[in-house]
Amino acid sequence: MIDYLIIPVIKLIVIFGVCLFFIAYTTWLERKVLGHFQLRLGPMRVGYHGLLQPIADGIKNFFKEEVIPENADKAVFLLAPIISISAAIILLAVIPFGKPITLFGKQITLYLANPSIGVLFILGFATLGAYGTILGGWSSGNKYGYMGGLRASAMIISYELSMAFSVIAIIMLSGSFSLVDMVNAQQNGIWNIIRQPVAFFVFFISGIAELNRIPFDMPEAESELCCGYNVEYSSMKFALFFLAEYTHLFVFASLVTTLFLGGWQGPALPGVVWFFIKTFAVIFICIWIRATIPRLRYDKVMKLEWKFMLPVAIANVIATGAVMALLG
Amino acid sequence: MEKSEIINVSKDRAEKGHYVKPILIGLGFTLKNFFSKPITLQYPDQKTKRSERWRGLHRLNVNENGELKCVACGLCAAICPSQAITVIPYEAEGQTRCPEKFVIDELRCIFCGFCQEVCPKEAIRLTQIYDYVAYNRESCIFDIQKLKNPDQFEFKG
Repeated sequence: MIDYLIIPVIKLIVIFGVCLFFIAYTTWLERKVLGHFQLRLGPMRVGYHGLLQPIADGIKNFFKEEVIPENADKAVFLLAPIISISAAIILLAVIPFGKPITLFGKQITLYLANPSIGVLFILGFATLGAYGTILGGWSSGNKYGYMGGLRASAMIISYELSMAFSVIAIIMLSGSFSLVDMVNAQQNGIWNIIRQPVAFFVFFISGIAELNRIPFDMPEAESELCCGYNVEYSSMKFALFFLAEYTHLFVFASLVTTLFLGGWQGPALPGVVWFFIKTFAVIFICIWIRATIPRLRYDKVMKLEWKFMLPVAIANVIATGAVMALLG
Repeated sequence: MEKSEIINVSKDRAEKGHYVKPILIGLGFTLKNFFSKPITLQYPDQKTKRSERWRGLHRLNVNENGELKCVACGLCAAICPSQAITVIPYEAEGQTRCPEKFVIDELRCIFCGFCQEVCPKEAIRLTQIYDYVAYNRESCIFDIQKLKNPDQFEFKG
């Protein structure tokens, strides 16, 4: 009873609560850090240095008027943000946040689930999240939204490939699909970023593309599509899309941490702290890239994927296999 | 097509892979910005330094007895290029002339400062206040009471 019901429920509440708190504050972090990158201050008015800004945004979004366009396919229009947010949040279940800890004589693992196909689970549900984007853009009855949805599907189809191929190299090294095993495989202190720099590079870039962040924010290119797939969404439905985007960012950062940066491992501090330090370092780099590089042209984004990233990822897999075969 | 007819938009366009170095330079530049001090002024709390000769809202100066220095000579109204000033003089028996009405339409005013230059009694002065806001046009027509104390109209957030 206590093992199968109470502990998982408590873990569920704690993990989702903490993660959603961090995700809400990732929006604050993004605005603040982006501001400082542009010699601005970012949010300053709500609370000390704008610390209450995410809460204020939530309250504001909650009380905004909700508009459903006449041309919209209403059922799909309402469903899209739900798909988007649920597919994003479910990813938090398989992320290993730290070493198992012992509380009251019981061993408690710091993840909700450790399926033997953890990486496939994440890749699959991350792609499912794109359905929310595609359906949302498509059902809006707006040509900008439609274009945004089309672009989102094109991005997902392309960049999923190189992302998966770069993960394959890591799977070969750790010999398992499970994220916990992957962290344990990096226990000797040599992180995968040293053993697989090419895979890291490819994974990082295709991850940013998959997240639809600048410089790859094709589905919501402000200057071309006036915000793209979510142009017709208002109020809390827009907030859900927004939250899903930042959940994906958080999951991507923790995935980079898990696969390449040794997960929760690190000296002195407890594992969970190391995990969040590394995760937020990755998020900082994402914001840094956003602050620096302008949006690529659409055909160049596709060219980068099909002519550069995918061949590099495949070559990396072959090279990894060859080296492993040679070293036995 | 003749070769001379082809217009090269950019001759030194980046070759393949040549964008890596510019990206790294850009990343370095933004990181340098990140660690330098932001240039933002928190507007209603902090304001930019104005010149001493800044021409803002008008003030009618008073003497040590609290009476208006203005003698309603009408020079300011005469020189005002946008005819924003209306002065109606009033003269009681045995007393100095003073304005019965002194109205400045701040919407008409172009803040040229001629009125303070022409005034023989230094009765009218332009203050540093530049951010007066109002909900209607009537609030922008300043009478003597408002002109005596324009500091109350400074925007404080």
